[in-house]
Amino acid sequence: MSVALVIVIAIVALVILIALFVWGLYNSLVRSRIQVRESWSGIDVQLKRRSSLIPNLVETVKGYAAHEREVFENVTKARAALMNAGDAKSAAEANNQLTSALKTLFAVAENYPQLRASENFMQLQKELSDIEAKIAYARQFYNGNVMSYNTKIRVFPNVLLARPLGFAPADFFAATEAERAEVRVSFEKTA
Amino acid sequence: MTIYDHIRTNRRRTWLLMFLFVVFVAGVVELIALALGGGYIAGIIALILAGLFVTISYYSASSLVLGISRAKEVKHDENPDLYHIVENLCIGSGLPMPKIYIIEDTAPNAFATGRDPQHATVVVTSGLLQKLDKLELEGVIAHELSHIGNYDVRLMTLVVVLVGLVALLADFMLLFTWFGAGRRPSNRGHGEGMAGAIILVAAVAAAILAPLAAQLIKLAISRSREYLADASAALLTRYPEGLARALEKIAADTEPLEVANKATAHLYIVNPLKGHKSWANNLFSTHPPMEERVRRLRAM
Repeated sequence: MSVALVIVIAIVALVILIALFVWGLYNSLVRSRIQVRESWSGIDVQLKRRSSLIPNLVETVKGYAAHEREVFENVTKARAALMNAGDAKSAAEANNQLTSALKTLFAVAENYPQLRASENFMQLQKELSDIEAKIAYARQFYNGNVMSYNTKIRVFPNVLLARPLGFAPADFFAATEAERAEVRVSFEKTA
Repeated sequence: MTIYDHIRTNRRRTWLLMFLFVVFVAGVVELIALALGGGYIAGIIALILAGLFVTISYYSASSLVLGISRAKEVKHDENPDLYHIVENLCIGSGLPMPKIYIIEDTAPNAFATGRDPQHATVVVTSGLLQKLDKLELEGVIAHELSHIGNYDVRLMTLVVVLVGLVALLADFMLLFTWFGAGRRPSNRGHGEGMAGAIILVAAVAAAILAPLAAQLIKLAISRSREYLADASAALLTRYPEGLARALEKIAADTEPLEVANKATAHLYIVNPLKGHKSWANNLFSTHPPMEERVRRLRAM
């Protein structure tokens, strides 16, 4: 009789312990996921700022170099892709595409001294490089949060419960190495 | 120890500091009152006033610090480059944008103050902006933002006001007890005079020990957190060399920062009181040796 009682108490205690663990785990995962989403919006704001500058930039460059049609098309296409991007992965791809399209645009602009000297163009260029730096930092913050969230749902024993509780791993916002390097160079230039 | 443990420790130490301040001030006042033959009223009043003072300090210490450092706020348009550096590093660390203040002084230095990340200020001298390049400046700002993010600023700002005031109070008490001893009323009994003398000695001892204790508190709060802020800054900028170079430049600069004093020195990224070779300054030093900080940054 008393042995059975001990067993029952042990089982009840075990169930309570597991319930407490699941409760704690669930709350901590929810918190992490909110952090990931919040830091994503930090990137999103900058991406929107970046794409909103593009039409203005294209118009400005067109004023001096109207026949560089292909360059404008690439930039506009990349911008459209960025604006339609739904998740982190496709946004990162579109953003990298836009970065390389803009690089060509600025390389082309080098051939037009009047364009380079235009107040509007210089202003846009400065603003874009500031946004690029901000995207780099927002990405750093976002990726840091994604890493700790993904680690949390993948370590044992969390990995057994994360999926059933509806926690899927988050995507990193990948940058090309070239882009990261470019941001550094632009820091030196303005120093 | 994670950053969250560090924040918890800071919160606990802030409470402890506020509590000790109230107990200390009320205790000293009561001691003096007893020495002069008074009752418990003075102690109780001191307790209430000290509690009130601590509460007010908690909310307004940073304004006071900015005031005595003669720092002026700068807006985005007045210095967009500086503003963008702070903004970018805030995005990188997930902190809200702090206010930016500038001290007009050619000595390069910087500090942060405030009670939490939502009410924080980063202060740089105009000399810092002149003498550092952008990568170095980023390192310095990242260091200050780390102090904000882990609530070092709350504790360090309160130390300026509470400990600075204790030091002042101690100086004052010392004078007061000497003065009181000279004009002791003569209608006392023999034994009471004896007890009065002992209490007087204790009061004088407290007054002498107070500034020493105050300095020791500063010492205890400052050293390891500078290393931690350096490390967090390197993590944020992903470029430890920038901060390492900045620290070397600031330390090599021989100009003293006029607005800094013993009460605020521990806030700054590099000790602003120059001529720190003397024995007394070394005893009260709140900053870890520069060579060691630079060495640790370069080893990352």
